[in-house]
Amino acid sequence: MFDTAIIGGGIMGCASALELAEAGMSVALLERRFLASSASGVNAGTLSLTDVRAALVPYALRSVELWRTLSERLGFDIHYREIGSITVAFNDREAEVLRERIAAKAALGIAVDIINAKRAREIEPALCEDVKLAAYCAEGGYANSAATGRAYRLGLIRAGVTLHEQAEVTRIERNGDGFVVSTANGVSLNARRIVLAGGSWLGGLGKMLGIDFPVHWRVSQVSVTERMKPSVSHVVSHAYGLLTLKQSDNGTILIGGGWQGKGDPERGPAEVLPQNLIGNLRLALQTIPALQGTRIVRTWLGLQAHTPDAMPLVGPIPGVENAFILGGVRTGYTCGPYVGKLFADILLGKEPELPLFHAPFNPSRFTAPSGNERLALTA
Amino acid sequence: MSACDVIVLGAGPAGASAAIEASKAGLNVVLLDAGAAAGGQVYRAPPGSFRVTDAEAMGPDFAIGDGLRQELAASPAKCFFGRSVWHIAPGFVVRAVFEGNTEVYEAPTLIVAMGTHERVIPMPGWTLPGVMGLAAATILLKSQRILPGENTVVAGTGPLLAAVAASILKGGGKVAALVELSTRMDWVKALPSLISRPDLLKRGFGWLGELRAAGVPIYRGHALTAITGDAEVTGVEIAPVDAQWRPLAGQRRTIAADSVTIGHGLVPSTEVTRLMGAKHEYRHEQGGWVALRNEDFETTIPNIFVAGDGAGIAGAAAAALRGRITGLAVARRAGRKIDASRETTLRAQLGKAERFGHAISDLMQARPGLIETMTPETIVCRCEEVTRADLDSAIRDGARDVNQMKAWTRCGMGPCQGRMCGEAAASLLAAVQGGDRSKVGQLTARPPLRPIPYEAIVGQFDYADMELPEPQPG
Repeated sequence: MFDTAIIGGGIMGCASALELAEAGMSVALLERRFLASSASGVNAGTLSLTDVRAALVPYALRSVELWRTLSERLGFDIHYREIGSITVAFNDREAEVLRERIAAKAALGIAVDIINAKRAREIEPALCEDVKLAAYCAEGGYANSAATGRAYRLGLIRAGVTLHEQAEVTRIERNGDGFVVSTANGVSLNARRIVLAGGSWLGGLGKMLGIDFPVHWRVSQVSVTERMKPSVSHVVSHAYGLLTLKQSDNGTILIGGGWQGKGDPERGPAEVLPQNLIGNLRLALQTIPALQGTRIVRTWLGLQAHTPDAMPLVGPIPGVENAFILGGVRTGYTCGPYVGKLFADILLGKEPELPLFHAPFNPSRFTAPSGNERLALTA
Repeated sequence: MSACDVIVLGAGPAGASAAIEASKAGLNVVLLDAGAAAGGQVYRAPPGSFRVTDAEAMGPDFAIGDGLRQELAASPAKCFFGRSVWHIAPGFVVRAVFEGNTEVYEAPTLIVAMGTHERVIPMPGWTLPGVMGLAAATILLKSQRILPGENTVVAGTGPLLAAVAASILKGGGKVAALVELSTRMDWVKALPSLISRPDLLKRGFGWLGELRAAGVPIYRGHALTAITGDAEVTGVEIAPVDAQWRPLAGQRRTIAADSVTIGHGLVPSTEVTRLMGAKHEYRHEQGGWVALRNEDFETTIPNIFVAGDGAGIAGAAAAALRGRITGLAVARRAGRKIDASRETTLRAQLGKAERFGHAISDLMQARPGLIETMTPETIVCRCEEVTRADLDSAIRDGARDVNQMKAWTRCGMGPCQGRMCGEAAASLLAAVQGGDRSKVGQLTARPPLRPIPYEAIVGQFDYADMELPEPQPG
């Protein structure tokens, strides 16, 4: 009998498992493929504070503190680089959106400044001359998301978490106050409580408990160039949140911004949409003219969980005692380590530093409180 | 946007034959190829600036290739060369780069005939200048009439070894040694299947005769365990191997040379069918992962057909027959009248050709022990400079799948998208999972299928005219 079984090995599941196990809980983590093999492993690695939604800023701020020492803690270098971010606007309308958003975020505690075009190009000479207005934040940066799974795997094993990979959960049944969780590859385990942290697959997991979570997914495209001489030294983004760009240590430039491809939880990420690739790359080239003449080596896709109000789903699952949901966090990669810690604190009975199971995040906003046990008692 | 009935990808024997048959049956066919002319690797045409004065001296492949090119030119198929396909959307919308710009072609049916690429299981020194693949050496010799070096070691597996060595001699070069992993017994075991093509068998014996006459040392049952030299090749080190091709300890021999050509068999190029989400299965004797297909060569994605060696290694003769059958099948299914008896005859001929081709392919396929030629310091992924030690370390950390390995080590993330290193990495992963290659999966195919210029994707644009989507939630 495990104290907690976490279903889903993305950064949310991994971060909470690590905190719970280090605090002495017995934890099982079940993952349908490999740790961080979906959104948490294929995202563009952006950890810039200016690109986080306002409601998540307090969490992102504290999460960046954890990112600074995460490689050391896990025992594997995730290449966290605190290079700061610069967000640009090219016309009046974009500048207006930028001012408004940056003001809201600055009010929540991010050290970010609105700067003019001249100053922006002094800080980041790679920027194009057409920049009208920019915002600069020295904190935050990026990490190599592809290394997330490897790093957490090492950390979780050291912390004593029981890992089941390539173990797709197919059934969740009640067993007294706890649960029996069964997988397609024949694993069956007992746990006192369960945490659904399955990202884009949360909808299917909810159904196993008789709950219809309105979890959908987005299929974001990311592209990478061939290696270039060092030319961009910050995370560069756009006022509308439609561009993130940074140059890795190896010289390649990663270009993202949430432009959509096609796919679904069943097929996985399936299809790059050329018109969205073209749009993303045009915005990138407009921002960084040095991209001219390089080659695009690869474009890939990742499923990201998405909720109707683009807000997280975090908290106890209404009507199913000892079951929790943890997901749907936009910019979840940035916030993951800290949200995982808060989540674990609550499960451990500690007072969380910031509220987590509260109104804008609580799953009860989508499920009418009935008070009835939704899951059939099979014990 | 150019619309037609069928798009054929690849103008080798399979693609050209498919285009000929489908177009002659009345379909509007577009054929796209990255090369300058039809023929693919085996029937590669000499560069346009070369004039062939003695066709017979060019060998039998030249005549077959020329015949195919003439037949294709006389067919109604529209051929577009110099096109590098970089994306295909369902439906099917094909994007290809030509002279720096993207062109778009559209058709409801796709025939994929992308051929193969070469497998090389690395050994120390394989990244030195003067080392090249057998396939690359074949192109140099056949098409450009250039020798790989002054004194060349030819090593690896399969009939390309003797063919390349004989071509080097014919071109006036010296072959320092032929080092083959298969033993004479392996060839003898394959003979019953090879007898189906006495002409090709005779050609093979002819090459061996030429090598013997020239006094070329032939080492069978040997692996190249190292290529030596600091800035360029100065020689090789070889060792006898066991039945699984593991080099035996303590029996090294050195051979002086200034160049090395090496290959460990051919791998079907499946990037298009992988990109399109077709199901594949692992068939060792056919070179590895191949798209599942029915008797008409249709994959699990309706209206995507796969022909030639890209559907499993069976050789050029079988590739051409598969192409013709696929072209006829596509025409038949589109309601065009075809000669059914001809299809039956072609299918019977294919059976015979495949028997030969599969036997040769089976001989060529790398055996599991060969991974031991990779020392910890050996670079496996040249694009990203990933060594065997890096891969072993990822395996120790729990990597079990090729995509996971790619994410963890960058092996296969570079411009070649794993064409050079994918086989070696997968073999290392399989070795810790009972040798089962099907367990370690296939690399996910990503667009662009080849690195392409940024401008070829974005084209000309003015930011003021760009319609950006709505801002992301703030």
